[in-house]
Amino acid sequence: MPAEAAIEARGLRKAYGSVEALKGVDLAAPAGTVLGLLGPNGAGKTTAVRILTTLLPADGGSARVAGVDVRTEAPLLRSRIGLAGQYAAVDENLTGYENLEMVGRLYHLPKGQPRERAKRLLESFELADAGDRLVRTYSGGMRRRLDLAAALVAEPPVLFLDEPTTGLDPRSRLTLWETIEARVAEGTTVLLTTQYLDEADRLADRISVIDHGLVIAEGSSDELKDQLGGESLEVTLEEEAATEAAIAALASLCAAEPRRDDGVLRIPVAQRRGAVAEAVRRLGEAGVGIDDISMRRPTLDDVFLELTGHAAEAEDEEEEVTSR
Amino acid sequence: MSNLGYAVSDTLVLAKRNFLRIPRAPDLLLAFTVQPLMFVLLFAYVFGGAIATPGHSYIDFLIPGILVQTMSFGGFVTALGIAEDLKKGLIDRFRSLPMSRAAVLSGRTLADIATNVIQITVMLVVGVIIGFGFSTSFLEVVAGLLILLLFGYAFSWVFAFIGLTSSSPEAAQSLGFIVIFPLSFVSSAFVPPETMPAALQWFAEWNPFSIVVDALRALFIGDPAGNSVWGAVAWSLGIAIVFAFLAVWKYKRAVVR
Repeated sequence: MPAEAAIEARGLRKAYGSVEALKGVDLAAPAGTVLGLLGPNGAGKTTAVRILTTLLPADGGSARVAGVDVRTEAPLLRSRIGLAGQYAAVDENLTGYENLEMVGRLYHLPKGQPRERAKRLLESFELADAGDRLVRTYSGGMRRRLDLAAALVAEPPVLFLDEPTTGLDPRSRLTLWETIEARVAEGTTVLLTTQYLDEADRLADRISVIDHGLVIAEGSSDELKDQLGGESLEVTLEEEAATEAAIAALASLCAAEPRRDDGVLRIPVAQRRGAVAEAVRRLGEAGVGIDDISMRRPTLDDVFLELTGHAAEAEDEEEEVTSR
Repeated sequence: MSNLGYAVSDTLVLAKRNFLRIPRAPDLLLAFTVQPLMFVLLFAYVFGGAIATPGHSYIDFLIPGILVQTMSFGGFVTALGIAEDLKKGLIDRFRSLPMSRAAVLSGRTLADIATNVIQITVMLVVGVIIGFGFSTSFLEVVAGLLILLLFGYAFSWVFAFIGLTSSSPEAAQSLGFIVIFPLSFVSSAFVPPETMPAALQWFAEWNPFSIVVDALRALFIGDPAGNSVWGAVAWSLGIAIVFAFLAVWKYKRAVVR
């Protein structure tokens, strides 16, 4: 693998009229890794993808993808990337096979290859039986799989997936995830935008959290979670009235200020080992009844909430419309 | 392969895609073939009796005009198809591929020639059934048909541009009608322009629709040609070149809505 990053963007800016979609975004993905671009609708994720795939000129900043400059070498760049978008961009009036073969020919693959790749991809995406059916008879999940297959026809070193599983049922999501993981294992670099935290958690090596056109946090999933502090002990009490007594009993375990949410006591602990047993023992001695007790790491949801001040799947439709 | 070679092969790949669509989703083509047929019947049997066309039966006068209008109606299939591709993200996919920047449009307009041939055939068969007859030589008829196809090809580019410019397939359709209605009705297609008020008559005489209609009347039913045949070819080529340029320019900047 070359040392150069497969995706590298510096200071990307883009405005639509007075709406600033990107206000100076830096992104980097080493070859063979998955960069997750996480953010609510309207955060600028799609705009970033459109710039990096040459669909949209940036107002400012620079970007290189697969060793090629996005602005000055766009035609060359297009032969090195695959794009699967939020919509299944496949032709309804062609069969699955015809769609893939067409894309292969438009990538200018050597003679015979479009046909061979189309067949192989249909096999590996469990579409072989449906390959000769018109796409308009396909289910939503099948269309998405075909769309992803189309992005892979040229076996591009860099893959852009813009919310690849939005609107899919859980089983189709899982299949799609496994396919993406298989490509990454073979060395493909992936930029994945998503508003699903579990998706970023599972697939992404590094995550850039983007909100209102700015990267507000960057790191691995673990690093982001660590920013919120370590693990905490979550205790649900039998009687809420016993809360103060419980806090007093657990005071020496607390690494930071305990928090109370909806009757659940959250106690950040310095050390995970033995914490549950110790807490149970102390609460027992203090005569406080426990309904439920567990150790919990912060999830990406917590990170997201903390960083953006709103939940990940909050709707922010208005901006999304202008950003396309 | 050279860039030009790729431009040609990409165009053929996209033309094939659009050819395949014709039998698989014939609804649009059907709709935009039935519409001019209704105009034929409307004008032939409802308005025709009140329109004087010295030297010809009204059917003979009407069919060349309707044929030209049909070519412009055929363009709606193009505009709607492209607006649809844009909406569904297909144009994005094509623009992210290392293919020729003109091929999506040149492939589409090439395939449109096939739909135009189908429409002309249907229209001529119906025309002959209700009494239309050629009164010129075989070569003149062939020349007329070629001019008609060239004009249809030019209008495919006009509609490709409309499809790329509109915010939705519905808007493309409305915009198309706004363009086509004055051009096709304020022309020599349905009535002799001499019967119109002076301003409209002036417009009708300069209207490329009229010039193409006049050329067809010369080549199909033996009207005096004047400059209309060469005028029709020149207008068609001019429209094709200008709108091909505009459409490709627009395509490069296309955005999903």
